[in-house]
Amino acid sequence: MSLQFVVDGLLTGSMIGLGAIGVTLTYSILRFSNFAHGDFMAWGTYATLAVVSAIGAMVGKVAPIGPLSFGWPLIVALAVGMAFTALLALLLDKVLFARLRSQGQAIIVVMASFGASMALRSLLEFTFTSRPTYFSRAIQIAMPVGFGIRITPDQIALLLLTAVLVLAVHLLMTRTQTGRSMQALSQNAALARIVGIDVASVVRVTWVIGGALACVAGVMIGILVQIRPFMGFDMLLPMFAAAILGGIGSIPGAVLGGLIIGLAEAGAVQLIGAEWRAAVSFIILMAVLFVRPIGLFGVRER
Amino acid sequence: MSEIVLDVRGLEAGYEPGVPIVRGASITVKKGEIVVVLGPNGAGKSSFIKAIAGLVPITGGTVFLDGKDITAAPAHTMVRLGLAFVPQTENIFPLMSVEDNLKVACGILERREIPARIEEMYTAFPDLVRQRRTAAGNLSGGQRQMLAVARALIVHPKVLVLDEPSAGLSPKFVSMVFEMLAGIRKSGVTILLVEQNAKAALAIGDRAYVLVEGKDRHEGIASELWNDPVVAELYLGQRPLHAEKGGGA
Amino acid sequence: MDLLGYGAFFLTTALIFSLVTLGLNLQWGLTGLFNVGLAGFVAIGAYTSALLTTPDDAARLGGFGLPILVGWLGAMVVGGIAAALTGMATLRLRSDYLAITTFGVAVVVQLVALNAQKLTGGPFGIGFIPRPFGGLAETPLLFNLSNLAVVSVVTLVAYLALEHLSRSPWGRVLKALREDERAAISLGKSARFYRVQAFAVGGAIMALAGALQAHFTGFIAPDNYLPILTFQVWVMLIVGGSGSNLGAVIGSILVWAIWAGSGTLTSILFPPEQQARAAALQIAAIGVMLCVILLIRPNGLFGDRPRRPRFSKRAKIAAGESSSGS
Repeated sequence: MSLQFVVDGLLTGSMIGLGAIGVTLTYSILRFSNFAHGDFMAWGTYATLAVVSAIGAMVGKVAPIGPLSFGWPLIVALAVGMAFTALLALLLDKVLFARLRSQGQAIIVVMASFGASMALRSLLEFTFTSRPTYFSRAIQIAMPVGFGIRITPDQIALLLLTAVLVLAVHLLMTRTQTGRSMQALSQNAALARIVGIDVASVVRVTWVIGGALACVAGVMIGILVQIRPFMGFDMLLPMFAAAILGGIGSIPGAVLGGLIIGLAEAGAVQLIGAEWRAAVSFIILMAVLFVRPIGLFGVRER
Repeated sequence: MSEIVLDVRGLEAGYEPGVPIVRGASITVKKGEIVVVLGPNGAGKSSFIKAIAGLVPITGGTVFLDGKDITAAPAHTMVRLGLAFVPQTENIFPLMSVEDNLKVACGILERREIPARIEEMYTAFPDLVRQRRTAAGNLSGGQRQMLAVARALIVHPKVLVLDEPSAGLSPKFVSMVFEMLAGIRKSGVTILLVEQNAKAALAIGDRAYVLVEGKDRHEGIASELWNDPVVAELYLGQRPLHAEKGGGA
Repeated sequence: MDLLGYGAFFLTTALIFSLVTLGLNLQWGLTGLFNVGLAGFVAIGAYTSALLTTPDDAARLGGFGLPILVGWLGAMVVGGIAAALTGMATLRLRSDYLAITTFGVAVVVQLVALNAQKLTGGPFGIGFIPRPFGGLAETPLLFNLSNLAVVSVVTLVAYLALEHLSRSPWGRVLKALREDERAAISLGKSARFYRVQAFAVGGAIMALAGALQAHFTGFIAPDNYLPILTFQVWVMLIVGGSGSNLGAVIGSILVWAIWAGSGTLTSILFPPEQQARAAALQIAAIGVMLCVILLIRPNGLFGDRPRRPRFSKRAKIAAGESSSGS
């Protein structure tokens, strides 16, 4: 068994982890599992792709940055895409989730997210067809880094980006008033209001963070694999499994859970074949639910 | 006559429309006072005080704080308006450290002011200093109550409102909590509290109201109320009075 | 005559959907258990029955050439066991965990259907599944009508049984548990066992529906059981009104009529190369419809879920939000 699976696993794990942050935040603060989260990823990716194409049409071909496969337009487009996805999440909350939440039955919101997921994904399929597409068709040369491991410059850049984003979110959650408000709301919503926290604004921040990170995860998939309307939906099970494995509500847990699942998937692909990849998250999910349903960093619900 | 901080008139409130729990209750709290609201079980004391804090929908009557109408103000704006509420249970964030519990309540303070304000709270509640990094869920019952009160006081409220601060505490902590409240009043904070433990509350209170079936039925000087036969009757619920008083929206 | 044949064919499909919806109504409508992987349970039934009843095939395990009724029974048993296992894993936890797990079950069943060639025939599926009235295939009308008769009888039996169950003490316990999730969890083992039973019976009914469908078309493949199936059935239940068995049946027929009708419409209106996109738009429209119904008429046509929100902690969050004008 070659150690190459470590790099593959860390990359998959980064994508899962970034997505799982949004899932875990939505679950702990808004108290529902959002089945549309994967489709936020896909919408963000297509939005980013659209902006890249628009920039390309305006300024012509742009040289890639150093050894990377993409140039500044993708970076600009990613920022736009993140903002777009955040707005999409806010919009969906306003027209759908917030109204259903006010009826007080959390599971109805889950069902609505399932319907929204179907609608969002099919709209992408309608607009862009189900044919896969790519940010760049250029083939990157993977550099050997020892122990039989090869890695491309894109992969290094994206791993670094993940690390920076995770650190940023962690600091936001633990060191800022906004983050403390989010923690407070997830622990005791009524008390959060009593101490002066505006629930509506914390909910908005939650959607913005979740949406923006979903976009980044989607664009990573787009750069390293391909862009399809189903790209986010296929990530849903690994993301949920990662969030539960890490312990609902825990940002470091979601990321660690994502990395564990990514590594397990990459290892399984080498051992039993790529076609069984999707079963890995399910097996891990079941194991967690039977052995330690609160996850690695979770705390018992009150 | 000292100025009125909190003026509640004919308050009606309840979780569901048509099913009021508070049915026309009126009280006033003057600056620097400790006012106690007493009443038998199920009198709507807790709902009354939660309605003032914006946590139970108000269907009639008015609440004025420092001359300002706060009847319709949402709960999260209360601290900014000057009303700090300490719920009876679940009044701390169990997974956050003691210090973060204090910090998270400082949303309305100037950023520069916060560290000094937290230190002031530690000075006032020295028991909390040693525990500042501890998750609040690991504190003892009395320490939790201190933290909850410190968290409410940190924003310089015009009135501190407490829902049964002694509930569920061991006798040792009960006297500690009431001593603490008496101390807080000495520093000039106005206090409104609802209490089941009438004797201890009346010992530190200035004035008191008796709430029965969602209405205020009796008012008096705290120290005199303990021996007032009307109160005993209302409180023990031996002969419910049907006379209307203070009602109407 | 052709129209009558089509009518019978349409109704047969709609009634098979009704059967799935009835299973879901037992799980969700009556017991409040959220199953977003029901396509997986339908697939389990279809494949089980196909394996048991098809003639021997050298390329894969089985078939065992058993009678069709044995296949249906087998489907119910395997589907029920799969659902019971899923329930046991998750029902002591919050309802979202069940949702996520059932979602995972559907993914894994799909994966097995696609990849375990020895068992399921892989992407090409299983053919030559015996049909109850295969001898009548020469005269399509008679064939369609006899299929309709069989499916009608099975659906009617399931309907009557479920009506009886929901009025029985067992059904009343389930309803009581549905109203209070926290109580249902804290009541511990006995309450959980009730819920596992309901989930298993619901799973068995779905599996039976899958088996019926398999024997009705004579051929199954993995892409019959995509998440879109789960979604369709949910829309059927929500439109009909969760909690009502009658609603489940009528909702299924109504939604299947809309679905089939709009499908026919798109195939007429759009050129062949645009069909896939038009189908996507159709799904999107139905997804929006589901959300709209949840928003404006959460009880559907016949539902019995309480309208008045309970004043729970969660409701209070929402109240806080609305009062602050989000």
